[in-house]
Amino acid sequence: MSAEDPFTIEQFYKFLGQQKLMAGKCLKCEKIHLPPRPMCDNCFSREFEWISVSGKGKLLTYTVISIAPEQFQALTPYAVGIVELEKGLKIPGMIQGIKQEQLKIGMALNLDFSTCNTPQKWPQWPRYCFKP
Amino acid sequence: MVVLVVGFYCGLASMYNYKRGTLGLNGKPLVSIISAGMSKFGKREGLLAREIFSEAAYEAFSRCPKLEPKKDIKAMFIGHMGEAYEHQGHTGSAIADWAGLTGIPATRTEAACASSGVALCSGIYAVLSGLSDVVIVGGVEKMTHRTTAEVTEYLTMASDYPFEQWHGITFPGLFALMATAHMHAYGTTEQQIALAAVKNHYHGSMNPKAHMQKEVSLETVMASRYVAWPLKLYDCSLITDGASCIILTKPELAGKYTDQPVHIIGSGQASDTIGLYERKSLTSLNATKLAAKTAYEMAQLKPHNMDLAEVHDCFTFAELMAYEDLGFCEAGKSGEFIESGATRIGGKIPVNTSGGLKAKGHPVGATGTAQAYEMYLQLTGQAGKRQVKNAKVGLSHNVGGSGATAAVHIYRSAQ
Repeated sequence: MSAEDPFTIEQFYKFLGQQKLMAGKCLKCEKIHLPPRPMCDNCFSREFEWISVSGKGKLLTYTVISIAPEQFQALTPYAVGIVELEKGLKIPGMIQGIKQEQLKIGMALNLDFSTCNTPQKWPQWPRYCFKP
Repeated sequence: MVVLVVGFYCGLASMYNYKRGTLGLNGKPLVSIISAGMSKFGKREGLLAREIFSEAAYEAFSRCPKLEPKKDIKAMFIGHMGEAYEHQGHTGSAIADWAGLTGIPATRTEAACASSGVALCSGIYAVLSGLSDVVIVGGVEKMTHRTTAEVTEYLTMASDYPFEQWHGITFPGLFALMATAHMHAYGTTEQQIALAAVKNHYHGSMNPKAHMQKEVSLETVMASRYVAWPLKLYDCSLITDGASCIILTKPELAGKYTDQPVHIIGSGQASDTIGLYERKSLTSLNATKLAAKTAYEMAQLKPHNMDLAEVHDCFTFAELMAYEDLGFCEAGKSGEFIESGATRIGGKIPVNTSGGLKAKGHPVGATGTAQAYEMYLQLTGQAGKRQVKNAKVGLSHNVGGSGATAAVHIYRSAQ
């Protein structure tokens, strides 16, 4: 990672493909952006540094989706949730590797890179998931 | 001394109003509704959106014989969410064309399911600016010719693409995430949530224009299959075709067109983060709270002053959350509030007398002005079997997406 890596969603997913969970930290007001943004929504600065974020978090809320758009139909019923990581950062994703009836708000989950395959055409965003 | 004190006090009060920037109308009408129209909602096979809209426009024009549409109407704002349904974009001009209004500025507003709530806000700006004395605002959507999977995908486009859509989170999924959090935080139950469906189907059974005009039992709602746990099929609003419109003018011109105008005395629109995951609260919609605050301040009224309301029940849980965000009950108490019967016709504040999105149907672009249409009927005493007795003041609440847009309006009868 270098200062030349743009603070964009595209770059966030490039890092994920390299098994790195990265956020952008504003050099002026210190707000941490996950996903990163090219301009700070708090102080409008465009100066950032990349920081590494731990994939350990806790489940804030979840649902199990039974009716899905065509591309996800083969996976139904699948669980998705919003996970709170360190520093109050939050990110949504699918939850795998657990029986759906065992899902519980507050439970510990880890971001898992093993499902991160990069698609061949846009959007080339590898899909991470969460596991216990 | 008394005079001095009063003078000082009035000075302070006017300064306060000026600083607050709410146009300083303090409960006076912003605009007046002189007519309204709505197509039959439902499965409208063989019709295009523009053709369905002409049905709503025809009703609005017919209701107001003193209006000369081609001469008097100076601008149109049309809520329409998706070009994917009919492979038809550029819908502002297309709708004006089929409404017989070609030539006037016709603007499409898009804010997902709040598209025509936002059209209404835009129409109010246009009239208040002084540039357009009479404006038509409305909305339309044609959805039922598409498969459920296609509609699910098109609706999902109103949520965040790179994190929500990309990871398989659907629209029912987003509201289910909020429902789960609410159940966990406050002990709200699936049964309490399901009561919104039972109530709204009861109300819808009295609305001859509703998509579904039959009552459903709590058992039926509870036994329906899960769409996104804890939300079931009967917790979801309907995929519907329909159109609606209202005609606005300056309050001082309303008498020229009708003896029975309905005044809009508060109008608020607000936004929130596009991603649900970035919000501070997962159990309330901040955009609703902000829009409601603006509307209540403009109207100089409080939640308890409302005689009835049309709120955005895209999912049953969304109606419960709206009770809290609009101040009808305390945060976390919406489950008990609906159980009390307060929001049924005959209760303290009847909500969704039209049947709501749940039973009347939810042609997304048409929903915001369909709520205004119900307010027009109720506040002019034309709501038939579902008429709320002595209704003088009402509120409508239209939400876009998972809450990245909200539009709240407050209406008052002229009587």
